Amino acid sequence: MTSIFNSVLKLCVASMVATTMMSVSLMAQTKEKFQVAWTIYVGWMPWDYAQQSGIIDKWAKKYGIQIEMVQVNDYVESINQYTAGKFDGCVMTNMDALTIPAAGGVDSTAVIIGDFSNGNDGIILKNKKSLAEIKGQNVNLVELSVSHYLLARGLESVGLKEKDIKVVNTSDADIVAAFASPEVTSLVTWNPQLSEIKGMKGASLVFDSSKIPGEIIDMLVLNTETIKDNPKLAKALTGAWYEMMGLMKNKDAKAIAAMAKASGTDVAGFNSQLKTTNMFYDAKDAVAFSISTELPKTMQKVSEFSFEHGILGDGAKDATFVGMAFPNGKTYGSTGNMKLRFTDEYMKLAAEGKL
Amino acid sequence: MKRLINRKPNRGNALLLGLLPFVILVIVYVFASHSRLADNAEDKLLPSIAQMAQTMDKSALSPSKRSGEIIFWNDTLASLQRLGLGIGISAALGLMLGVPLGLIPLVRAGFSPFIAAFSMVPPIAILPILFIVFGMGEVAKVALIVIGVTPIIVRDLQHRVEEFPKEQLIKAQTLGASSWTLAIRIIVPQMLPRLLDSVRLTLGTAWIFLISSEAIAATEGLGYRIFLVRRYLAMDMILPYVLWITVLAFLADFILKKVTCKVFPWYAKKDAL
Repeated sequence: MTSIFNSVLKLCVASMVATTMMSVSLMAQTKEKFQVAWTIYVGWMPWDYAQQSGIIDKWAKKYGIQIEMVQVNDYVESINQYTAGKFDGCVMTNMDALTIPAAGGVDSTAVIIGDFSNGNDGIILKNKKSLAEIKGQNVNLVELSVSHYLLARGLESVGLKEKDIKVVNTSDADIVAAFASPEVTSLVTWNPQLSEIKGMKGASLVFDSSKIPGEIIDMLVLNTETIKDNPKLAKALTGAWYEMMGLMKNKDAKAIAAMAKASGTDVAGFNSQLKTTNMFYDAKDAVAFSISTELPKTMQKVSEFSFEHGILGDGAKDATFVGMAFPNGKTYGSTGNMKLRFTDEYMKLAAEGKL
Repeated sequence: MKRLINRKPNRGNALLLGLLPFVILVIVYVFASHSRLADNAEDKLLPSIAQMAQTMDKSALSPSKRSGEIIFWNDTLASLQRLGLGIGISAALGLMLGVPLGLIPLVRAGFSPFIAAFSMVPPIAILPILFIVFGMGEVAKVALIVIGVTPIIVRDLQHRVEEFPKEQLIKAQTLGASSWTLAIRIIVPQMLPRLLDSVRLTLGTAWIFLISSEAIAATEGLGYRIFLVRRYLAMDMILPYVLWITVLAFLADFILKKVTCKVFPWYAKKDAL
């Protein structure tokens, strides 16, 4: 028996050592190697090409660091992994930045505002032409996602409430196939699925994100502590991003073709998705967006929506539970629990050519 | 010195040894959770046991603000209903197909290769077709379980029938039994406990298909809840749900085992269940 207890003891010690190491690796410190997660979406494809074409390496080398862009197949999983400490940064929407890392106590900074959805998210009805007709229907969507937020804003615009419809949680991977099923009469989704479904029989787009411009924002989020200790990471990534934006602005055929292929469509398909994405090709436009008075208002709406749906977690007493800071000095919510920061520091450097 | 293979633990020691891995798992978890929470009190990945209890109490076991229902029991009921239906239909189909396949050479020659090939189709990969055929509602969820589980049960039962001692069949035939009588009076009664065995073994598969079907499109259910709250990394809700699923699966297995012992004591004794 003693040998069993010995090995148990060893196992306990080993696990203690392992867990201490786990927590150590989470603590911020100056380091040279960084990992940033990205997922397939029109506004994030530039990260892929920047990596493939060596732009990321070039900028990383300039700042004496190494950056690896890691593609994750599942969007939510990539954010979860970032929140758990596996990645130093991750691409995500403003809403998910608030409800996953920030609400989870991981102080996060939106370093680059890449674009906002300007029609990339939409509500589709089958054989009905106006949004008001959604009343009483089952609506298939990814619950608690930006689709859900878009639906809430859409319903608001026609004087309906969420209780006037019934939400059916549906995986984004299966939503195109779902539309073909006779039971599905309305749904909310994003691109590329949206454009796929729009082309199907009986489908009509009754509301999309171009009606709430600037409210669904796609950004690069980095761990605040990591960039406090390693501002080089934010600088290198921002430099690479705007070099990439330069290519896209000039309609660099090679870059567009590569991004189209990597996102599983062709050049025409990719361009049509770009049309409904308000990309900030110029750093100064992104800066202007980030210091606008609209951004805090948007985030307040998002925060209220998130609280009402219980996704700020059980610790939240009201929508102000997670504090947010904006570049113009404005804040929203609890200053004692400041977890989501928007900054124009690095985009400004890019705009001024100081990177 | 006794050889290792001859050292048998007594009842108390066996119980202790059996519990040990569970205790170690809990200790490792508490330790890991504690060290992560010390870094970040809001950490969601490995919540403390108290946090989990609180979340379950507040979110899952109190009447929901919107509908007044207790979502935990609602989810459990919905999932168990789907699972029960799926397993029940699969078992019935298994018996109806497995017996003729095993017993009648002509049927076997005609359908056995097809069933063998069909059982290899991964149902998850042909979901879009299933959506069109079965829709997106309850039927689709039960159908996914049936499609996933039935072929396994059918093939298992077919083999059990094929293994059946020829002596009994010959004896029955000399006593004048027709093929039908043979099937109904000799084979089926002896296949029933084996069917239950087969069901026990496929329970795990059935749970996987249930959870996947609920992840794809649903408004309630254990799998639905897990995939929903995963959107904001609410491990304080996911982990208790996972634990609950494990308990339910274990209980289902245990109950089936007890039923087999009770209803088919001749079979249970033989296999020393």
